[in-house]
Amino acid sequence: MKPAPFVWHGPESVPQAVQVLAEFGGDGKVLAGGQSLVPVLAMRLAEPAHLIDINRIADLNFVTSSPDGVTVGALARHSRVEGDIAAGRVQPLLAQALKLVAHPTIRNRGTTVGSLAHADPAGEMTAVLALCGGSITAQSTRGKRTIPAASFFHGPLESDLAHDELAVEAFFPALPTGAGTAFVEIARRHGDYALCGVGAIAELDESGSVQALRCAYLSVTDTPLVLDLTRAWQSAEADAVEQAKLAIDPQSDLHATADYRRQLAGVLTVRAARQAISAAERGARAA
Amino acid sequence: MTEERHDVQLTVNGHHRSVLVPARRTLSDFLRHDLGLTGTHVGCEHGVCGACTVLLDGEPVRSCLIFAVTITGHEVTTVEGLAPADGLSPVQQAFRECHALQCGFCTPGFLTTITAGLADNPAPTRADAVEMIAGNLCRCTGYQNIVDAVLRAAEISEQTSW
Repeated sequence: MKPAPFVWHGPESVPQAVQVLAEFGGDGKVLAGGQSLVPVLAMRLAEPAHLIDINRIADLNFVTSSPDGVTVGALARHSRVEGDIAAGRVQPLLAQALKLVAHPTIRNRGTTVGSLAHADPAGEMTAVLALCGGSITAQSTRGKRTIPAASFFHGPLESDLAHDELAVEAFFPALPTGAGTAFVEIARRHGDYALCGVGAIAELDESGSVQALRCAYLSVTDTPLVLDLTRAWQSAEADAVEQAKLAIDPQSDLHATADYRRQLAGVLTVRAARQAISAAERGARAA
Repeated sequence: MTEERHDVQLTVNGHHRSVLVPARRTLSDFLRHDLGLTGTHVGCEHGVCGACTVLLDGEPVRSCLIFAVTITGHEVTTVEGLAPADGLSPVQQAFRECHALQCGFCTPGFLTTITAGLADNPAPTRADAVEMIAGNLCRCTGYQNIVDAVLRAAEISEQTSW
C-alpha cells in the first residue's frame, strides 16, 4: 500500500508546469488534491515515473463568478467552491452536487477541476459540467484550448486531455433566469460513490409549464450522459422514466445489480425533475 | 538507484520540523516514521476509514492521501497536539465521559475531525453530529456513543469558554 517511487516536480507557475509536462507528461501524472490519484498510486494501479505537483501554483486557486457563469481554477478545493456564495447563486448545481462529493474531509483537499480531469463516470462534478454545458480550458507549451464538456469525456477515467496538457480551469455557465435545478443520488452510505445519481435543469414558460427538462446521469454510463427529456415529460412522467431507462447502460458490480441501478435511474429522474421544477417555480414567484 | 530526498519543513503541533524524505512519503508515514508521532493511526491507507485524519492549516484532511513534500511550509495538528499541557481537550474529555472509545484505533481520526467540526459549528444538533463523523469508520465502539460525545464536547466547550 505504498506508492512506487516517482520523480517529483513542484512547478510554481503554469508556464513552468506545462514545460515539465511537455518533457515528462508521457510518463507522468498531474497531482492536484490527490484524493483519487493517491489511492491509485498506493494500490499500484498506476506507477507513473513522474508526478507534476501543482499545489504550489497559487494562481490556479480561484473561483470567480460573473453573470455568464462560474470559473473554477485547477487548485480550488471542492470545499471552497461549495462555500462560494456568489458561485452558488450563479449556478446552484455546484453546491447541490458538491454536498454529495465524498465527505467534507475529502472535499477539503480534493479539487473540482481534478475530479473533472479524472473523468470518473461516478463523479458528481463530471455530470454537473455536462448538464450545464460547461467546458475545460487546457494549456500546454503548444497553446491553450477550450474543450466543451460534450467532447471532453471519452470513457471511464479517459478525457480529451493530451499528455502534455494541464487542465487549468473549468467553466460552468450560469443557470438561465427562471430555471431550477436539483441533484439527487442514492449511495450505500452517505459520501460513498453513488449507485446512481441524477442532476436536472428545468425551465418553465410564462404559464408555469415545463418548456425544457434536461437530466444528467452518473454511475450508469461510461461517460456523463445528458438527456433532453422535455417532450417525454410534457407527455407523462412515465414516458420520461422510460426514455431514461432505455438510454443508460448500467453495469452490475459488488454494490448493485444493473437492474437495480436502472430502477434507481427511473426513480431518481422523477425525483430530480420534480425538485428542479419546484425550484424553478419558487424562482418565478420570487422574481 | 537511490531515491531522491526532499527537504520537507512543517510546523507540527507548534514545533518546526525539517526532515529529508522521498517524495512518495505520505504525511501519515512522515508523522509516524520520521517524527515518531504514532498517535496518528493508519487504517485503510487509501482514504476510506478516516483514522489518519489530521488538521492541515486547521482543516481536517486524510494524511494518507497527501505527500509530505506537497505541503512543505504548512501547519499540521495531530491528535498529540489537541490536549492542553495539563489534562484533556473538550473533545477528549467528552470521549472519556461518554465511553466513545473502546479499542481506540479509530479515535485519533475522530478527535481531530470533531475538533475541527465543532470549531465550524459549536452547537451541533444530533443530525449535525452524525454528519460531522460520517467520513470516519469505527468497527467496535459503535457510533451512538461517539455522537453523544460530539454533543457533550460542545457542552464542555461552551462551559469552559466562559
